[in-house]
Amino acid sequence: MTDTNVSRPATGGASALSVEAAPRSAAPPVRGDRSRKRDTRDAVLFLAPYLVIFTVFVLAPLLYGIWVSLHDYDFTLPEAPWVGLENYTGLLTGDSPFAETFWQSVQATWLFTALTVPLLLVLPLLVALVLNQKFPGRNLFRALYFAPYVLGVAVVAVLWRYLLDTNIGLVNHYLGVIGLRDTVPWLTSLPWAWISLVGVTVWWTLGFNTVIYLAALQDISPELYEAARVDGANAVQRFRNVTLPGLRPVVLFITSVTIIASVNMFGQSYLMTAGGPGTETRTGIYEIAEVGLRQFNTGQAAAMSLIFTFFLMVVSLAVFYAFRDRDARR
Amino acid sequence: MTGISRRTDGAGLSRRGFLAAAGALGGAALAGCGSAEPQVATGPALQDEYTGEPVTLRYWHGFTGGDGPAMQALVDRFNESQDRITVEPNTIQWNQYYQRVIAAVHAGKGPDVGTLQIDQLANLAARQTINPLDEVVTQLGLQESEFPQEVWRNGVYRGSRYGVPLDVHSLASYGNRAVLQQAGLERQPRTGEELEEQTRALLAAGVETPFWMPNRWPAHLIFLSLLWQFGGEPYAEDGSRATFDSDAGVQALTWMRRQVDAGISPPDVAQDSQYVGFKNGQGAYTWDGIWQINDLQSTDLDWDIAPVPQVGDQPASWASSHHLVLFRQRDPDDDKLLAGKAFMRYLLEASSEWTAAGMIPALASARETPEFQESPQAALADAVPTLRFLPPVPGLGDVQVQTLEIAVSNAVLGREQPAAALSGAAARATEQMQANQQKFEV
Repeated sequence: MTDTNVSRPATGGASALSVEAAPRSAAPPVRGDRSRKRDTRDAVLFLAPYLVIFTVFVLAPLLYGIWVSLHDYDFTLPEAPWVGLENYTGLLTGDSPFAETFWQSVQATWLFTALTVPLLLVLPLLVALVLNQKFPGRNLFRALYFAPYVLGVAVVAVLWRYLLDTNIGLVNHYLGVIGLRDTVPWLTSLPWAWISLVGVTVWWTLGFNTVIYLAALQDISPELYEAARVDGANAVQRFRNVTLPGLRPVVLFITSVTIIASVNMFGQSYLMTAGGPGTETRTGIYEIAEVGLRQFNTGQAAAMSLIFTFFLMVVSLAVFYAFRDRDARR
Repeated sequence: MTGISRRTDGAGLSRRGFLAAAGALGGAALAGCGSAEPQVATGPALQDEYTGEPVTLRYWHGFTGGDGPAMQALVDRFNESQDRITVEPNTIQWNQYYQRVIAAVHAGKGPDVGTLQIDQLANLAARQTINPLDEVVTQLGLQESEFPQEVWRNGVYRGSRYGVPLDVHSLASYGNRAVLQQAGLERQPRTGEELEEQTRALLAAGVETPFWMPNRWPAHLIFLSLLWQFGGEPYAEDGSRATFDSDAGVQALTWMRRQVDAGISPPDVAQDSQYVGFKNGQGAYTWDGIWQINDLQSTDLDWDIAPVPQVGDQPASWASSHHLVLFRQRDPDDDKLLAGKAFMRYLLEASSEWTAAGMIPALASARETPEFQESPQAALADAVPTLRFLPPVPGLGDVQVQTLEIAVSNAVLGREQPAAALSGAAARATEQMQANQQKFEV
């Protein structure tokens, strides 16, 4: 500890000296510093292409979006009058004709996220634990669980829309065959519409999270399990003290990716329920697409997007805080 | 600009200067492709035949159903009939069509000619997407008297004509003859009372749920038809207010919900299932657009078609019309405009062949031809004067999707009482319509 604390200012001083005054060739102790400098230059060089893409496709549109949100912007009309923060205040105070449906869609989005994310964290882990065992046909099952994820959202949603149809769908038909209620309004009534949307989403994306868990499980050193076993830990204790800590970085990744995917849900409700019944299952992205792309109230939709982004950033920070590396301080 | 370039003079390129220069370069690149705004232009007068340079016309339409092959056949015949114009059709679902075509035209990548629905004509005109066609109508030698009055009149926005009507299509009642005969019924009902008697007979004959009531498309078309029948108007003609929560509207929606409560329709009919059910032999009737004719003809169902029964005080039925339009361009090209007009003239002259799409030709003379007289939809010809259209108000179609359609859905599903559902939605619609009015005033 003390060693590094003392040596750091010393090198710092030397490097400052070397840049300003000392001729480079006559300063052998600085060589390490020079190579470090060249290192950062290489890094910048390698990162530059991404930075360009990031600037062009993320940063610039974001700034442009902020600018758009301050106008009554409609690209098909010759004038886009400046309205300041009116697009935001209208949504916050409820004066905007879109405020009611917007906040309802925000609520719907969080409801969907709150229902989906725990399922997509726990179920894939259980599946991965099973698929990590050695048994015949293991690869077939791995493929089967991953298969739905390969399908596009349109295929998944249209397929299930017909399967879940109240009056002509197969699901209700077979429920009737085994003697259960065969009039469940899967897509036109609450809470069934949410159950359908969450169920289909879990079925569809479970395989992706499973594969990531599986990779992480295979990454945990078998020696740790062996050591635990030698210490007399039973299966539950091994899971709690070896498996879970070993999975933590991956759980952070899966949690944030799943939250972001759930918050961005659009296709399932657009195609399966058309946002219905009423506008109950209309998500934030759905509402933004309707207002911005169909009605061309681009300024209003940009304000919605930024409010939405703000919420998403708060949640992401909360996730990172919850999973922060507590060992780092030690 | 000059201020910045002076600052960077001699001292190399500062970061701020670089950014400004990059911005200017981008601006110049944009300005490079003609004007930044789509321009109004309809080109020189059309002669008997197109004699200009060979051109390729981009033609966008939304005929994705049974009407798609009929349009493709017309386009193919046009391409074969002459060798100077090649029409390249592009089919986009109506649902997606308008947002895409508006964006494409404004990005300078728009099509040359198109077909669109009359409900969206004012919207595209207000959004500077289509050309005024007053001169073109004269060049094509078209007269108001040749078209149904309301169809012709609604092609006008703010004193200029923007579309030429190709056809009329309406809501209609399809009947499954085999099912009707189970109850000894020979024809479809003409009035609400007849419909009630028939459904009672059908239920007695063991036909469960003879008439399925959808909550989504085409539920709002059924609602509008009934509202007009009860003597109401959905919107103020000038686009300032929504009036579909009137007594007529409440009566219409109450009638729709009653079909479910009385067991005539099953509850919770999800998207499209009333039509898929009908196609598979479930139910005695379904009300849907006449664009389904070709689709039903390809099944072995024994069906017929009739006007929507008169449930209210007067006959009325929702209708729309496909109009031919010329899109604005950033760089208008006279040859393409001339070729586009020649293609429009060809389609109008082929009106009677367009009957094959399941549509009713807008041209009165085409409705006299044997092609039309022998088509299934000829059964609706007498109802043409009772067809009703939405007023030409920009943005109205999109407001309707967000308000009226949701109110109808909520009431049919039994989630809200008809009156409450309609008044809430009408208030929201009025707000959005007034916002639109302000927006399009400029």
